[in-house]
Amino acid sequence: MQRHFDDELQQLKNDILKMGAMAQEAIINSVDSLKNRDRTAAQKVIDSDVEMDRLELVIDEKCLDLIALHQPMARDLRFITTAIKLNAELERIGDLAVDVAQRALAIADKPLLKPLVDIPKLAGVAQRMTGEAIQAFINGDTELAKKVVLSDPEADTLKRGVEKELINDYMMRDGSTADRAVPLLLAARHLERVCDHAVSMAEDIIYMVSAVVVRHHPEELK
Amino acid sequence: MLNQDPGSKAAGGNFPPAPVKAPVGINMNSMGEADLFGTEPKISARGVNFYYGQKRALNGITIDFSPRRVTAIIGPSGCGKSTFIRLLNRMNELVPGSRLEGEILLDGLDILSPACDAAELRKRVGMVFQKPNPFPKTVFENIAYGLEVNGVTDKHLIEERVVDSLKKAALWDEIKDRLKDSALGLSGGQQQRLCIARCLAVSPEVILFDEPCASLDPISTAKIEELILTLKKEYTIVIVTHNMQQAARVSDNTAFFLMGDLIEVGRTDKIFKAPRDKRTEDYITGRFG
Amino acid sequence: MKRRDIVQKLGFSALFACMAANIVFLGGIVFFIAARGLGSINWAFLTQAPRDSMTAGGVAPVIAGTFYLTLGAIIFALPLGVASAIYLTEYSPRGWIVNLLRISINNLAGVPSVVFGLFGLTVFVKYMGFGVSILSGSLTLGILALPVIISASQEALTAVPQSIREASLALGATQWETIRRVVLPAALPGILTGVILSVGRVAGETAPILFTAAAFYVKGYPHSIFSEVMALPYHIYALMTEGTHPEEQTRIAYASSLLLLALVLSVSMLAIYIRARQRKTYNA
Repeated sequence: MQRHFDDELQQLKNDILKMGAMAQEAIINSVDSLKNRDRTAAQKVIDSDVEMDRLELVIDEKCLDLIALHQPMARDLRFITTAIKLNAELERIGDLAVDVAQRALAIADKPLLKPLVDIPKLAGVAQRMTGEAIQAFINGDTELAKKVVLSDPEADTLKRGVEKELINDYMMRDGSTADRAVPLLLAARHLERVCDHAVSMAEDIIYMVSAVVVRHHPEELK
Repeated sequence: MLNQDPGSKAAGGNFPPAPVKAPVGINMNSMGEADLFGTEPKISARGVNFYYGQKRALNGITIDFSPRRVTAIIGPSGCGKSTFIRLLNRMNELVPGSRLEGEILLDGLDILSPACDAAELRKRVGMVFQKPNPFPKTVFENIAYGLEVNGVTDKHLIEERVVDSLKKAALWDEIKDRLKDSALGLSGGQQQRLCIARCLAVSPEVILFDEPCASLDPISTAKIEELILTLKKEYTIVIVTHNMQQAARVSDNTAFFLMGDLIEVGRTDKIFKAPRDKRTEDYITGRFG
Repeated sequence: MKRRDIVQKLGFSALFACMAANIVFLGGIVFFIAARGLGSINWAFLTQAPRDSMTAGGVAPVIAGTFYLTLGAIIFALPLGVASAIYLTEYSPRGWIVNLLRISINNLAGVPSVVFGLFGLTVFVKYMGFGVSILSGSLTLGILALPVIISASQEALTAVPQSIREASLALGATQWETIRRVVLPAALPGILTGVILSVGRVAGETAPILFTAAAFYVKGYPHSIFSEVMALPYHIYALMTEGTHPEEQTRIAYASSLLLLALVLSVSMLAIYIRARQRKTYNA
């Protein structure tokens, strides 16, 4: 049976997709601004966050409406509650991109400590994981969601590498590099947090599709 | 049977109060299936087939009902849910040309055997019907009737039971001054609670509700639902409903029937959050058909 | 005005005309009988026995005869009829035999009353040897009343909602307790209506008592159930067909007719009243 409700759910899906696209764009742009020490680009990332905040409120409202007016059950209920969680996670990712952009502003006027390699790589992982989580949500793909959850160590390793390099090779040797190293350190940490949010989203999506709780139950992933 | 006080049963029973909600830290995924809360079933149907003439209405239904829990039976019209619930107190026998196969056990004893008297069974397994059906008698007489046909003659005892039952059915305060009035003068919701009181008066162990709110307004419905939640402390309750929200609100376990088959039975929260069968999911999300 | 509106108006007018004709007939009957009979009705007419070869006096023993015959018929037919109705609606297995029974009972109601009279003559008067008597007449009238009582009772029993039968059974009552304590009390007004209507019919019948109970003239009041009696309908018939003083007799016949009419009508009114009260109980 065709339901009008399905159209509304489809619209919600599109909104989340849009939110996801904006989050991914923000990650890439923020890291680019960091890499290129581009004030304008960084400022643009910061400004565009307003748009994400606005969309977050719209999606939130929409979800509450769907629950209040349709009393969704089972699959529909899981879909909407997952959308609510994804919405919040994506908004948080947007904020982290803003954080990265602010770090870019902090070092924009100074010479770059070293050419950035691992941070853009980490940003790539973060963007990929976010994208895959959204993809898994759209297609109800638990395999892809599992892949996202399992990619988390990759991000951790990269972040730890960046930390080690910045601390051991620069800050420990020359304390005066700290004002240029710390923003990079923080940026890596922000990007690693993005990956954590992507993992959370993936876990929610697995619950949405198969009603299996994997959060805090890693054994269920098998 | 009549001398048995359901309250004392509850106090001295073998059933420890079972946790309804899973404690924090327990893996929710392992808590599915029909949940008996670790007790013997009060009623147990085993491979029940039922026929109206040549037409098969129920196909091999096997289901357990936990003591002092509410089990909701949901399903589309004609799925056999009302037919099934009427087997549990043998009201199906009023339908000529029907035939029943399989076993239905009440506390482990077969209620379908010729040794089991239908009238005796119905004292233990009471029923509340879809439309309020008070007798065209006074409020008092309506409740006293069940006691009288069951051999209670002591006027004081009858009076006591009438008051008790009305209180239990949350009706006493509303109609304590109208005991001598015709029951037909009460509102629909009051009539239905009177029918519940009438049923409680004979001290049943199980109460079957056959779409008890189908003809009631939302406020009356809410009152009946509250009542059911109170009554489950003492009675085993089976409720047939076409209102899924109602099943979700009042029941511990939910069973889904479709075209004479029991498709799925399990904890109510499980059924409404994540049913296992696609047909259940389609039905409760309104994708059915 | 549109064509279909005109058609509708015409239709309603035709229906009204038919209904009005009905009232004219009914009113005519009452009017003529009253016009010719009212003058002769007085206290003496109601309390005295016929005198002077039925040209004078009253009809008191005749009223008594009708009363006894009717009472006897009801005493016989009521339990039998209600019991049959209970069996047919509550106990009998649904099937062709019961349907056949039901049709037969309805057909019985259509049998001409003179046939009942002949049956009563053969069976009660001759074969059972009750003679021409109140007993024979009552039994014959009772059989005549049976179909009415049975179908009215059946109707009343069927009108009792199935749901309250179920309610009673679900409380652990047996079927018999259910019928006796719930169904019968609820059906009683309906059954009474049927009984009262049959009283009206029985009181007014001539043919069944023609051969079984009635006499042209009996001195005084009946003294046992084996007495021959005078009864209003037959009395009218006799006054108009026999005797030697047609003028006087016709006058008394009209007065008796008016009396019979009043009797039957008031009994029907009572039935209507009870039925109305019953409706109120159900719809409350």
